[in-house]
Amino acid sequence: MKSSSADAGKLLDLAGLDAKTLHDPDAAHVVIHENTVLGSNTVPGLHIEAVSLPDGVKATIRVEKGKIIKKPVHLCFGVVPKTGTQRIIMEAFMEENSRASILAHCVFPFAEDVRHLMEGTIHIAKGAWYSYYERHIHSPQGGIKVYPKASVTVEEGGTFTTEFELLKGRVGLIDIDYEVSCGKDAVMEMVARISGTGDDVIKIQETGHLLGENARGVLRSKIAVRDDARAEIYNKMTASAPYARGHVDCKEIVQDRAKAMAVPVVEVNHPRAHITHEAAIGSVDSKQLETLLARGLTEDEAVELIIQGMLS
Amino acid sequence: MSILQIRDLELRLSGKPILDGLTMDFMENKVHAVVGPNGAGKSTLAQTIMGLSGYREISGDILFQGESIRELEPDERARKGITLAWQEPARFEGLRIRDFIGASLRGKEKAGDLVFDALKKVGMEPSIYLDRAVDRTLSGGERKKIELASILAMKPKVAILDEPDSGIDIDSLEHIFEAVKLLRKGGTTVLLITHSMAVLEQAEHAFLLCCGKVQDEGPTKKIGDYFGKKCVPCSHKNLPEANGDER
Repeated sequence: MKSSSADAGKLLDLAGLDAKTLHDPDAAHVVIHENTVLGSNTVPGLHIEAVSLPDGVKATIRVEKGKIIKKPVHLCFGVVPKTGTQRIIMEAFMEENSRASILAHCVFPFAEDVRHLMEGTIHIAKGAWYSYYERHIHSPQGGIKVYPKASVTVEEGGTFTTEFELLKGRVGLIDIDYEVSCGKDAVMEMVARISGTGDDVIKIQETGHLLGENARGVLRSKIAVRDDARAEIYNKMTASAPYARGHVDCKEIVQDRAKAMAVPVVEVNHPRAHITHEAAIGSVDSKQLETLLARGLTEDEAVELIIQGMLS
Repeated sequence: MSILQIRDLELRLSGKPILDGLTMDFMENKVHAVVGPNGAGKSTLAQTIMGLSGYREISGDILFQGESIRELEPDERARKGITLAWQEPARFEGLRIRDFIGASLRGKEKAGDLVFDALKKVGMEPSIYLDRAVDRTLSGGERKKIELASILAMKPKVAILDEPDSGIDIDSLEHIFEAVKLLRKGGTTVLLITHSMAVLEQAEHAFLLCCGKVQDEGPTKKIGDYFGKKCVPCSHKNLPEANGDER
C-alpha cells in the first residue's frame, strides 16, 4: 500500500481536521492512511508510537502517571481509495491518575470494498480517566466492513467512557465487540449511535463486568434502521460486588422493511448489586410524529428529525 | 368572517358518538373557547380538526377558509395554517429546543432569531433553553411553554390550544395568556380547549360542549356564568334550555 499526499489531504478534510489543529503544538495527533503514518505530534506526558504493518498500523499510546492531557488527542484513520484493508492494533495505557480524551476520526469516503479492523487493548490504572470518542464517515455506497474490537480493564477509581458514532454515509457492515471490566469504584459508559439504511448490517456486542465494590456502568445503544437494514444488539452487564450499579439501555427506531433485535442480558452475582435494563424498539412515537406534522413537516421530514434527535 | 366552519360533524369511536352533529363557526382573528366537562368531546374536536390518526372517519365536514379539509392529512392542514398544541406535549429525546421550535421555520430567513424571540415571549431565557433537549429533563410546564413558543414561531392562521393551563404554575400562566394575546395580535384565530374559568376569560366567544353536542354558544361571560355555576359537575341534564336560561 502506498499513500499519496492527495489522499492524505482528502482524509484530513473529511475528518474535519484543519491545519490549525494539526499545527497546534499543544494538541497531539496521529494521522494514518491505510498502513502509512502520515504525521503525528505528541505533548509532554503522552507517548505515541505508531509502526507500519503490511495491512495496517500498530499504535501504542501511554499517558504518564499523574499527567493530564489538556487538549483532546486526535487520531485519524482512513482509507481513501475504493478498495483496501486497514488493521489497527491499538494499545493504550493510562497510568495512575492520568487523564486523556481521544477523538478518533475514521474516514472511508469512497469505499466500495474496504475492511477496517480495530483491535484495541486499553488499560486504565487506578484513578485514571480515559475518554474515547470514535466518529465514522463512510461512503454512500456501503461497501465497507468495520470490525471494532476492544478489551478494557479499569482499575480502582478509574473511568472509561466511549462513544461510537456512525451517522454519515452508509454503515455497510459493522460488528462491534467491546468488553470492559471495572474494579472497585471504577466507572464505565459505552454509547453507540448508528443509523443504518439500504441493506446495512449493524451488530453490537458490548459487555460490562462490574467486579469491584461500588463499580458503576452503563451500556447505551441508540440505533435507527431504515429500508432493509438490520440491527442486532447484544448488551450484557454483570455485577459481582456489593453496591455495584449498572444499567443497560437500548433504543431502536425501525422504519420501512428494516429489522431490529435487542438482547439485553443482566447478571447479578451479589445480593447488594443492582442492574436495570430497558429496551424500546419500534417505529417513531406517534405523538412525536403528530406534533411535528401539526407544525407542517411532512412525515418523512418529521421522522428524520425525530431520528436525528434520538441519535444526537 | 368565519375562518373555520364545522358542519354537522359526527365522529364515533368504538360505536359511541363522541362528536354528535356539531356545527360551529370560528371567526377570523378571534379568541374562542370550547368549554365543557370531562368527556364532552373537547379534545376529540381538536384532534378531529387537526385530522389526526383515529379521528378521520367522520361524517359532516370541516371547512377552512371556505374549503373542505376533511380529506387532507394533518401536515397538509398544518401547511394551510392550522396547528394544535397538546394537553400533554410530547417528549423528544435528544431533539434540541432550537430545532423543535425551528421545525416549522425551515428555509425561512432569520429562523434563528424567530426561535429566540418565541422563547422570550413565553418567558423562557434562550441562553438557558435553546440547546436543551425537549425530553424528560424538562417539567411538564416547561414543555407546554416550549410547545406554545413553537406555535408562536409558526404564526398559524388557526391555533388550537388544548388545556393550555394544565401543569402550569401561576407565573407561567401569565406568559401563556400573554402568548394568546400575541397570537391574536398577529392575526391568528385561537381555539382554547378548556374547563378552566381563568382560560375561558381570555376568550371573546365560547362554545359549551356536552356529550359531543354544542349545548350553547355566545359571549364568554354568558357561557362562563352558566358553566361555572351549573355545569360542573355535569349531570348532562342541567342544560341551559332545561333550566329556562336565556340563550
